[in-house]
Amino acid sequence: MTTDSIPARAAHTPPETVRKSRGATPSRGRRRRLFAHPRAGRQHHAGPLAYILLGIAALFSLFPLYWTMVAASTDNTRVTQTPPPFLPGPHLLENLGKAWNDAALGKAMLNSLIVAGVIALSTVLFATLAGFAFAKLRFKGRNVLLMLVIGTMLVPPQLGVVPLFMMMTELGLGQKLPAVIFPTLVSAVGVFFMRQYLSEALPDELVEAGRVDGAHSLRIFWSIVLPIARPPMAVLFMITFVHAWNDFFWPFIVLDMSNPTVPVALTQLSAGYVRDQSLIMAGALLGTLPLLAMFIVFGRQIVGGIMQGAVKG
Amino acid sequence: MAISTSTPSDGAPGTAPPAGTGTGGDRRRRSTLLHRLDVRGAPYAFVAPFFVVFAAFSFYPLIYTSWISLHRVELSTLNLMEWVGFDNYTALWDDDRFWNALLNTITIGVLSTVPQLLMALGLAHLLNYQLRGSTFFRVAALTPYATSVGAAALVFTMLFERDFGMINWMLSLFGVDNIDWENNKWAAQTAISSIVIWRWTGYNALLYLAAMQAIPRDRYEAAAIDGASRWQQFLMVTVPGIRSTIVFTIVLSTIGATQLFGEPLIFGQGPNGITGGADNQYQTLGLLLYEEGWKNYQMGRAATVAWAMFLLLIVVFVVQRVVQRVAARKA
Repeated sequence: MTTDSIPARAAHTPPETVRKSRGATPSRGRRRRLFAHPRAGRQHHAGPLAYILLGIAALFSLFPLYWTMVAASTDNTRVTQTPPPFLPGPHLLENLGKAWNDAALGKAMLNSLIVAGVIALSTVLFATLAGFAFAKLRFKGRNVLLMLVIGTMLVPPQLGVVPLFMMMTELGLGQKLPAVIFPTLVSAVGVFFMRQYLSEALPDELVEAGRVDGAHSLRIFWSIVLPIARPPMAVLFMITFVHAWNDFFWPFIVLDMSNPTVPVALTQLSAGYVRDQSLIMAGALLGTLPLLAMFIVFGRQIVGGIMQGAVKG
Repeated sequence: MAISTSTPSDGAPGTAPPAGTGTGGDRRRRSTLLHRLDVRGAPYAFVAPFFVVFAAFSFYPLIYTSWISLHRVELSTLNLMEWVGFDNYTALWDDDRFWNALLNTITIGVLSTVPQLLMALGLAHLLNYQLRGSTFFRVAALTPYATSVGAAALVFTMLFERDFGMINWMLSLFGVDNIDWENNKWAAQTAISSIVIWRWTGYNALLYLAAMQAIPRDRYEAAAIDGASRWQQFLMVTVPGIRSTIVFTIVLSTIGATQLFGEPLIFGQGPNGITGGADNQYQTLGLLLYEEGWKNYQMGRAATVAWAMFLLLIVVFVVQRVVQRVAARKA
């Protein structure tokens, strides 16, 4: 049944792709190569000056977070004295508890978890589907459509915010989580990212073998593409999750304080509802903790993922 | 969508449809048709979700924005649209707040983007050395990216506090008097820019680092043989080698700067947030859009501001393109 499709596909495959995919097994070594070019220009060993400068940079990056923790663990009088405190105080848990209640962070975190989780899942699923199609399937208008995807990256989504708000109100979704979720269910960057990965890591021969075995496209996607695409999918999931968790402009407009995400809830702390500076810092700390934890566990992968997307982007 | 006769068992090409009998031939023809349909149609089905969602929630609203901007629409009665032609545009043109916000967006954009990208370039160069603990430095550089605008702005607002903030305290050690970061225009814009710089420098540095690692080593060797110092190598090999990434980050940061919203809003602590300070000293176009739409309830006017943001972006890109062309011609 599939006999006729093999030569047809082979004829459509440009020699360049064939050459590229030769010997491409999705092994560990293969994946590592995506992170660092084999002839990579790591020219020099770092001298002491480089370490000093990097140390300063790391200090600048981490100090505000450390100080958030310090301020959140003291009380309001101590934190508003000069010189400011540099070491943690004894009130951390107490302040975290109060901030949790005052800024309704429990609900906000649950909301953020739902929003970021659904957006990340759907982005990864649709990006992998589309990325697979763009990387390995032949169809009319493929290049034009791919250019369209890339072109959409240049359209700032915020510019449609007024009609989007009117749409959501009309649909009765104002102040509800789907209003935040729907507009970001897909991501052009994600599609491009998966396409770049799959054109290198997924050998054409595997897809063809699936066809010979009589598997239809969805079956090929499920049994061949998904297992190979797992590492970049994990990376895309984390990056999308971070973005969705931190997104502010649109959630701030469409949600209100009765049903906020974490960044929206945090504005309540700045807007004078809470006067106690230590409590404000405790709230900021709480809002950041889930992502910080993710960074501590998966920091290496997230860094690698951003760099991997960048080489090709 | 399923092909009933196909048996997609792995590595068993022998399980093709049973040959011989008449029904087998019938099934065979049908499955060939289905197979063709699958090969032809599946790619479109796979890319469709992206385009459908994009069309519904990005493209359509973008177009609809221009239609709304020609109307008077109030937040409380969204379905009543009164045609006013270009009134919103002329009103915006005559509005001092608009020019002020435009200027603020540009100055804060420059104040945050230029140092950010220069520092990212330097940081990437350092990270590109052969390093011990390179993972630590990379993760540390990226950690601010994990904080939300909300949390970052809250912390920096406190660090920039006039009376007890840590930055004024440190400056006082050098004999600098307390700076009123909130009410002084340039101080406020600097403080807001520093939040943006803090959050995004590491992210950009990683993009640069990735591009730097793809530069073949022989180019450095050739430059070294020609007697280029390390600094000259950086300027002549590294920077040109990552040019497209630099352009990419400029585009990304420009889009981000045009829409700056959360940082000034939270920095203003409360009612002053939306107006960008008591004297609008750090009101951006993003804040003006919000003020018109959700504080003054004029959605039509808000849509006009959105258009102004879009035009600003286009102007910036055209200018950037021209600069790039001229630079390329000179080189």
